[in-house]
Amino acid sequence: MDVIVAENLVKEYNGFPAVRGISFRVCEGECFGFLGPNGAGKTSTVRMIYCFSPVSSGQLTVLGMDVRTQAREIKRRLGVVPQENNLDPDLKVLQNLLVYASFFRLPKNKARLTAMELLEFFGLADKAHERVDTLSGGMKRRLTIARALINKPAVLILDEPTTGLDPQARHMVWQRLRRLKEQGVTLILTTHYMEEASQLCDRLVVMDEGEILEEGEPRRLISKHIGAEILEVGFAAAREREIVRQLNGLIRGYQVVGENVFLYPHNGQELLKALQRMPFQLNHQFLRPATLEDVFLKLTGKKLQD
Amino acid sequence: MFRDFLKIDVSPLVWAVFRRHLIVFSRNWKVNISFNFFEPLLYLVALGIGLGAYVRPMEGLPYLNYLAPGLVASSAMFATAYECTYGTFIRMEFQKTFQAMVSTPVSMDDVIAGELLYGIFKSVVYGSVIIVVITLLGLVKSPWVLLAPPVMAVAGLLFALLSIVWTGLVPRIDNFNYFFSLIMTPLFLFSGVFFPLTGLPVLIQKAAWFSPLYHVVNLTRGLILGQVGIWLVWELLWIIAVVVLLFPFPFYLMRRLVIR
Repeated sequence: MDVIVAENLVKEYNGFPAVRGISFRVCEGECFGFLGPNGAGKTSTVRMIYCFSPVSSGQLTVLGMDVRTQAREIKRRLGVVPQENNLDPDLKVLQNLLVYASFFRLPKNKARLTAMELLEFFGLADKAHERVDTLSGGMKRRLTIARALINKPAVLILDEPTTGLDPQARHMVWQRLRRLKEQGVTLILTTHYMEEASQLCDRLVVMDEGEILEEGEPRRLISKHIGAEILEVGFAAAREREIVRQLNGLIRGYQVVGENVFLYPHNGQELLKALQRMPFQLNHQFLRPATLEDVFLKLTGKKLQD
Repeated sequence: MFRDFLKIDVSPLVWAVFRRHLIVFSRNWKVNISFNFFEPLLYLVALGIGLGAYVRPMEGLPYLNYLAPGLVASSAMFATAYECTYGTFIRMEFQKTFQAMVSTPVSMDDVIAGELLYGIFKSVVYGSVIIVVITLLGLVKSPWVLLAPPVMAVAGLLFALLSIVWTGLVPRIDNFNYFFSLIMTPLFLFSGVFFPLTGLPVLIQKAAWFSPLYHVVNLTRGLILGQVGIWLVWELLWIIAVVVLLFPFPFYLMRRLVIR
């Protein structure tokens, strides 16, 4: 079953198109990602999904309901983790969850039980009566995710869930999200970390400047556009055309990135040997597995992050 | 466009929003109350007793008796005005509390209605605290005073609407200074809290009719001193009319500000 269906979805802010007519479907139980740099339109898209931003044009249904007319009913069944933490600093940790539960009209006893379970699950049980501003960045993030789960949502929407977290805190969040997925929660996340996208997403769309450039499973996208490996090489001068011409047959494509050229080899080791036989000065060479970052680079000529 | 303006989507969830404010209030109510009660008390002592010793009776009353009911009205006004400017703005802009709330079944209009309820609550609480104090000082002359808290509620709604309209129009924290120095302080000084307006130029007397506080002061003073009559109903109607007129604006302005 499709949990979310978007057709020609457009979002404009005072005439500026942030989302330019995108279409996509999210299936039940999958983790669906929006990958793209800042300003790609990811946040605008998910804000329309969780009925915060009005749709400018196009169709958008969530759990079979129209976002234009059934916002409250949709929101009742969603969990939202916004880009900026907006925990209530006037309330303690547990109170944050309980007050949030009251917005879903959950019975008090049930809310308290769920809240304690969630604090346990996210490793925050001993912080229940602390002030929110005493928590670390990673703990705040986990609490925000816990809060989003208080109503046992069918779909959890995470807007840049680990931006600004250190690697350890990030892995802890990923671990919890994978367990939620195992429990059958549909996850929708936006990210500009290719690692996050490939670690978590079953399927994703690559976005740039309000449009969807590609769609598919992370590994398939990589093998479709790049192959298994990338050979990064640095040349002395801007001679890539000449070199690339001579490598014809050994590579399936290439991308110039500043002083470097990323070659997409059919076989990395063979390409390396071939390069060594050539009469060029190579500044460096580095054979590595291809990533989503490379896919994005190939599609847009830009990097995901600056 | 006009239909959007009048369409206000409020549900029973507004009570959950209001409850959130009450939880926060109950966490530090002692501090809140004592501060808000302190300032009017200063006025009462400094002006009512200190200055009052040199002042002729006003409208046949010792100055302290004249001043006390006015301070009930003005402290209710200030409590609401602070809550619905700085308080509302901080929740919206810095804490993003509104954004968190509207990610749940709560609508933006529920959030604003919750802010208005909190404004009303503050007006009633801070007005009533002063009433208790001046009752203890023997300055309340009539059982009609029991009607003062409901009047504080209506007045609170009016001041909450005004404050949120300002917050919605000029949503920058520096601009709240202007609200207080350009609007609230003149209202405080020229609405009959400290002296009857009859001594002032006719133009100012006429202008006072447009001051919401002027009508609230007349009402509270009438009830507290037991000077009641049909004219109190007209004062109340003035307030209700302005409430009705202003009512859709904060919803419209805040929706425009938060929802993009």
